[in-house]
Amino acid sequence: MADDSRREFDTEGVKKRFMFVNRRAPYGSIYALEILEMVLISAAFEQHAAIVFIDDGVFQIKKGQDTEALGMKNFSPTYRVIEMEKHDADEDEDIDMVWRIIVERESMEARGLDADDLIVGVEVMAAQDLSALMAEQDVVLGG
Amino acid sequence: MMLHTVNKSPFERNALESCLRLAASGCAVLLIEDGVIAALAGTSQSDTIGGRMGDFKFYVLGPDIDARGLADKPLIDGVKVVDYGGFVDLVAEHDAVNAWL
Amino acid sequence: MKFGIVVNEGPFTHQASDSAYLFTKAALEKGHQVMRVFFYYDGVNNGNKLSSPQADDRNLVKLWGDLAAEHKVDLVICVAAALRRGIKDEILAEGFRISGLGQLIEASMAADRTLVFGD
Repeated sequence: MADDSRREFDTEGVKKRFMFVNRRAPYGSIYALEILEMVLISAAFEQHAAIVFIDDGVFQIKKGQDTEALGMKNFSPTYRVIEMEKHDADEDEDIDMVWRIIVERESMEARGLDADDLIVGVEVMAAQDLSALMAEQDVVLGG
Repeated sequence: MMLHTVNKSPFERNALESCLRLAASGCAVLLIEDGVIAALAGTSQSDTIGGRMGDFKFYVLGPDIDARGLADKPLIDGVKVVDYGGFVDLVAEHDAVNAWL
Repeated sequence: MKFGIVVNEGPFTHQASDSAYLFTKAALEKGHQVMRVFFYYDGVNNGNKLSSPQADDRNLVKLWGDLAAEHKVDLVICVAAALRRGIKDEILAEGFRISGLGQLIEASMAADRTLVFGD
């Protein structure tokens, strides 16, 4: 009875630049985890993606998270899956998909962190350069 | 050019500050919901926007100003008031939207 | 122009759902197409038919359902986020359907503009 035609979209040949913006620390809210899930799902669509950590979002990828006493799932190892997706995309000539994992330098330094503190390899970008990249995006998703 | 939306007060959260740090020059910034507070003249936060009038085009959503009883307060010079129709037009006129939450 | 809307928060606790609804309505009034409204994070609570606001206040769940019926807007509740929050078919409000997170990505690919409303 429902009109299913409105649910079918033609996305053949569409290649957009997605930016996933992470600005909140993990565990204080669910945004970090659910954005991560969104990024993982998006891999199947082979779009370009910049996964960006700004403000307290940099803490999402801090090494050494131990959630045992809180009884919460430590989902930080899952960021390594994103790193793997990125490497696979870089290596596979048949896939036109560029993924970047980016940390804003100013956010990281303001919080006393450096790249060695992080669980994945990242590009550290100054605000000015990240600003230019942000301006090129087609879709910006965050929480 | 991108349209940036900011929905939180600068007194509550750093969303506006981060937006203005990372938005490219010439972009539009639309203040909605509690974010409209940033558009008020004569507050300790007025310079956050006031100091960047040359870099961005600032807009504020009228219905959110009215709801908060702020229609009788002066706004920062140069901030334009739009209604929801104007919000839709702004989205259509810009290439993409970035919501700073 | 074709719009995709993402709603990150449930009804009433934050203004996000109201803002998204008013934007969607204004866009439709201007003759634009709103292809899909995707409800994620606590936004899934907008699909809870048990929501019973006070009689003299707006009923967001119903407003969304009415908009969907009148303009054929596709209202999608994310299944993973819904399960966490106890939103299931048996309490799903009229006009909503539950589906995967891929529907959000797909809508963003198909739309000319994608907007997020959240906290």
